[in-house]
Amino acid sequence: MASNLEQIANWIRRRDLQSVYEAGAGHVGGEMSVIDILTALYFRILSVNPEQPQDPDRDRLVLSKGHTANALYVVLAKRGFIPQDEISTFLKPMSRLNGHPNRTKVPGIETNTGPLGHGLPVAVGMAKAAKLDKAAWRTFVITGDGEMQEGSNWEAIMAAAQFGLDNLTLIIDHNRLQQGARLLDTNNLAPFAPKLEAFGWAVEEIDGHDMDAICAALSSETVVKGKPKCVVAHTNKGQGISFMSDNVAWHHKVPDSVQYEQAMKELEGTAS
Amino acid sequence: MNAPAANVALHDCRDAFVATLERLGEEDRNVVVVCNDSVGSSKVSGFQDRWPERLINVGIAEQNMVGVGAGLANGGKIPFVCAASCFLTGRALEQIKADVAYSDTNVKLVGISSGMAYGELGATHHSIEDFAWIRALPNVPVIAPADRVETAAAVAWAKSYDGPCFLRLSRVGVPDLLPEDHVFALGKADRICDGGDVTLIANGTLTHRAMTAAALLKKRGLSARVLNMATVRPIDGDAIVEAARETGAILTCEEHTVFGGLGSAVAEVVVDEFPVPMKRLGVPGVFAPTGSANFLLDEFGMSPEGIAESAEALVKRKRHSD
Repeated sequence: MASNLEQIANWIRRRDLQSVYEAGAGHVGGEMSVIDILTALYFRILSVNPEQPQDPDRDRLVLSKGHTANALYVVLAKRGFIPQDEISTFLKPMSRLNGHPNRTKVPGIETNTGPLGHGLPVAVGMAKAAKLDKAAWRTFVITGDGEMQEGSNWEAIMAAAQFGLDNLTLIIDHNRLQQGARLLDTNNLAPFAPKLEAFGWAVEEIDGHDMDAICAALSSETVVKGKPKCVVAHTNKGQGISFMSDNVAWHHKVPDSVQYEQAMKELEGTAS
Repeated sequence: MNAPAANVALHDCRDAFVATLERLGEEDRNVVVVCNDSVGSSKVSGFQDRWPERLINVGIAEQNMVGVGAGLANGGKIPFVCAASCFLTGRALEQIKADVAYSDTNVKLVGISSGMAYGELGATHHSIEDFAWIRALPNVPVIAPADRVETAAAVAWAKSYDGPCFLRLSRVGVPDLLPEDHVFALGKADRICDGGDVTLIANGTLTHRAMTAAALLKKRGLSARVLNMATVRPIDGDAIVEAARETGAILTCEEHTVFGGLGSAVAEVVVDEFPVPMKRLGVPGVFAPTGSANFLLDEFGMSPEGIAESAEALVKRKRHSD
């Protein structure tokens, strides 16, 4: 089963890379790090229906690291929320696919993100709404690791534990790089697990590129009753492309034609 | 302090707010309150007693408070996010922009103790920039009711409105002005006094002062129109143009800085549509000194006498320019 997810993720990586290359802009490094997580969510974990994107009982996914919107657009297109043809409009004038996701324009987007530190508080509100209704739907939110430097996240972390939101899962895309440098050299919050545990969360650390591990960590069977859950996903920025991987230069750099051909060849080489 | 008259009963509009909120809460279990350790200052303890699970107190964390409100709205709730206006609009402005306005979530922002209601506590606790900040954002109606009747009507309207809005409330006592059966209409000013020589435009705690000023002016032979303009955005352009055309001079009064608030919103219409002499009364671009809200309003030229004097000067300017 996981191999099927890996194939989908490989397709999404290639389509994402093509889109960034053609648009001449994007955040390819962070997109490569989060694509496996997004693929597992949309093709295995989330209960969502492209035909009814506003179904009140749907699971919610908030991409708080909104600058990797293009990865989400490609996933939503692959999942049937928007036409696949539309991906090629990314960043073009008047396209609804701008550099950060917009819920009022794109079906499947739950909240507009872009400024960092916004997604987790909103996700806490979503999970609280489900609790008030005693509803079974779950809320997932993905943050970047550098994004955890935003104080608003820690306000939300306190509230989620206080409210006992075991229907909330925070996934930290821990690729160790932020826009300008390594976390280690900027404001090093790692290790995340003991900090989240100290705030009353259940925490699990996984290889964020291992589909079996991602699916297991996000499964409802691993929810800890009464506690919100944090999955620290150890990932690589630029995963799947040798010269981008774990390289801070590729936060929002755009490949030239030679780099694009090489990157595509590498991704095609790992497609089965 | 010569306003309001000592024999007039004054009311804290928060009481009308919470009474309406509890009525709406009875009718619809999706009505919830989000606050920042402000159960007492928002006067929502009655709501909390009746529906403790629907009172979501996030603690002293305003950014999270507004984000949680947006998430609750996504989950089908109708959150009234209540906090001292200075913290709600200042601390959480980016959340209001991104999570509420831009995301178009059904969040009702309720700024309590706005303006200089926390007078003596100092400028950190004054909220005299909130009209300007929130008015600059698309998609968020900005409303400052003038009395308890208008407060109740505006809260009921907010519940029925499918989208975000900002209700700017005070705790400073105000007399009754509007009839009991008043219905709030977004973006519509109420002409509460007829007149042809000058128009006074006010809202919130300034409306009753403008009314008293109009009475003073009448004794001096000047007939002042008074518009209660609770909605700062969308502004009632028709009423402003009509006032400019028919009275030839406009004086605005607000418990807010003169930069970017009601006076600015009125001036934008006047400049674009029908230029006439104008004067904007408000806090003149300073951090206010120590004093109660009523003391400071008087100090900044917004006692009824001060308003009347500004109106007389404006009428003289109008005659000069004729």
